[in-house]
Amino acid sequence: MKKVFTRPRSLTDKPFHYCPGCTHGIAHRLVAEVIDELGIQGNTVGVCPVGCAVLLHEYLGIDTSQAAHGRAPAVATGIKRVLPDRVVFTYQGDGDLAAIGTAEIVHAAARGENITTVFVNNAIYGMTGGQMAPTTLVGQPTMTSPGGRDQITAGYPIRVAEMLATLQGAAYIARVSVHNPAHVNRAKKAIKKAFEIQMAGKGFSLVEVLATCPTNWEMAPVAAFKWLEENMIPYYPLGEFKSPEGGETAAV
Amino acid sequence: MAKVLMKGNEAIGEAAIRAGCRYFFGYPITPQSELPHYLARRLPEEGGIFLQAESEIAAINMVYGAAGAGARVMTGSSSPGISLKQEGISYLCAAELPCVIVNVVRGGPGLGGIQAAQSDYFQATKGGGHGDYRLIVFAPASVQEMVQLTMEAFDLADQYRNPVMILGDGVLGQMMEPVDYEIPGAGKVFDKPWATNGTGGCRDANKVYTLFLDPDKLEQHNMVLQAKYRRIGEAEVRSATYLVGDADIVLVAYGITARVCRAAVNQARENGIRAGLIRPISLWPFPTEVIRKQAQTSRSFLTVEISAGQMVEDVRLAVNGAAPVHFYGRTATIPTSEEVYGQIVRLAQEVIRQ
Repeated sequence: MKKVFTRPRSLTDKPFHYCPGCTHGIAHRLVAEVIDELGIQGNTVGVCPVGCAVLLHEYLGIDTSQAAHGRAPAVATGIKRVLPDRVVFTYQGDGDLAAIGTAEIVHAAARGENITTVFVNNAIYGMTGGQMAPTTLVGQPTMTSPGGRDQITAGYPIRVAEMLATLQGAAYIARVSVHNPAHVNRAKKAIKKAFEIQMAGKGFSLVEVLATCPTNWEMAPVAAFKWLEENMIPYYPLGEFKSPEGGETAAV
Repeated sequence: MAKVLMKGNEAIGEAAIRAGCRYFFGYPITPQSELPHYLARRLPEEGGIFLQAESEIAAINMVYGAAGAGARVMTGSSSPGISLKQEGISYLCAAELPCVIVNVVRGGPGLGGIQAAQSDYFQATKGGGHGDYRLIVFAPASVQEMVQLTMEAFDLADQYRNPVMILGDGVLGQMMEPVDYEIPGAGKVFDKPWATNGTGGCRDANKVYTLFLDPDKLEQHNMVLQAKYRRIGEAEVRSATYLVGDADIVLVAYGITARVCRAAVNQARENGIRAGLIRPISLWPFPTEVIRKQAQTSRSFLTVEISAGQMVEDVRLAVNGAAPVHFYGRTATIPTSEEVYGQIVRLAQEVIRQ
């Protein structure tokens, strides 16, 4: 019998701990598939975040370092400077990257640090129980914005991809989504391109992945996909914001 | 090799290079800036990397990445900057990653001042960050000793897979003395089969992590760390003594203050007072046993620090009631030998009255 679908070699056989309908599993799988396809499993070092993906190191069959909250780009910088011929990436959520780790990601991009970041934006803190994130939409209810995010007191959500694309050191910045299979395929292409840009030595690359958190959004998984499409994508438009060959704000 | 005249901060940089360190991540702060200045020039000459980080926090986390990747790596700062690094130091200890951290101590709390101080003793030796961990902490008292202890620090860091802190101060960092870089036995090379440098497809994946959600596993991990700290406590205690054999009054001081105390001890001896000096070189592990034994024969102890009284607590624990332990400290300036001598005379009168 011909095998048409299997677990990527770069994923371990440990079952994901994620909640039903959570899209971290998809994002993990895309990273693993890209590592497999590029043939870099033995040559890659991943840097794991604090947050829901804190156990990423248990799911990836590659060398990994688990960073303190928000510090993954600094840790990745240390690894890459020592091992410039290895592929080094960070995998971070929105609280990790866009709140406590804002300085680290901005300066890694500004330095043109030759690493790749997979940034999973689900507009909420998951692991700690559904608090307001820097990317929580205005009006979106969370445990720490129970009446919905009020821009008067809590300000506005940060568009990370657009912000980082203004930096000269950033080589490739894209935003994708994983709310349906077509977008999952496009997300994989963007992640692969980001890794390839690093392998070509072109500088910092980041793919922001719009993702769902049905548990903390208090929605069924299908409703969460619909909510992402109808609410997140209008505020967080998809596309390439910066690319070595130009193509800014091109559809991914 | 002929001796060369160097500033303490620069000598630490050169010692690091001689010890095989090729990576430095730091952030500017007075009074340690000569260290990054020196390495920004020297490391590229040696094929190394100097990187000025966006913050102290980023710098220590770059150290975490580089150490995990298997490199000899160093960062340096001064007190307020070291406070910022505490998160990373806790993680480095938890993940058992070797590195050398230099603290050219200045006065505090807060921004404090930019003059020499010793008020980071608690932070360096008792924690500073969260969790049960220990740093090996060395306190040099000369530029030559800064070189020697820095070179040995890299070896001990690798041997024990633990950060080592060089606790200097603003005077030691800034002053110039002749130094010799020929340190016998330093500059060992260690295998690092645990490094996250890519599996190469020929071994299981290496993981650097500090999270243990299972309480039993966390406790096991802590027991491993504590067993290591006990081994270090048995093997790495360092101290120097001066004229303690017949001493009635024993001074305890480290770093630049120990040099002041040595002059005060000489003055006391010239005036017929039997004074001596114990100089802890490793602040952790602390030379408890040396002090405990001394307390069996000496009548009074005087701890002198550029602080409001920090190391004196460890001296009291070591003496454990066998003799009175006094303290003399200044918090924004170095005590003069005259001031310390005055304290010795006062204690000598008390000893005579007893």
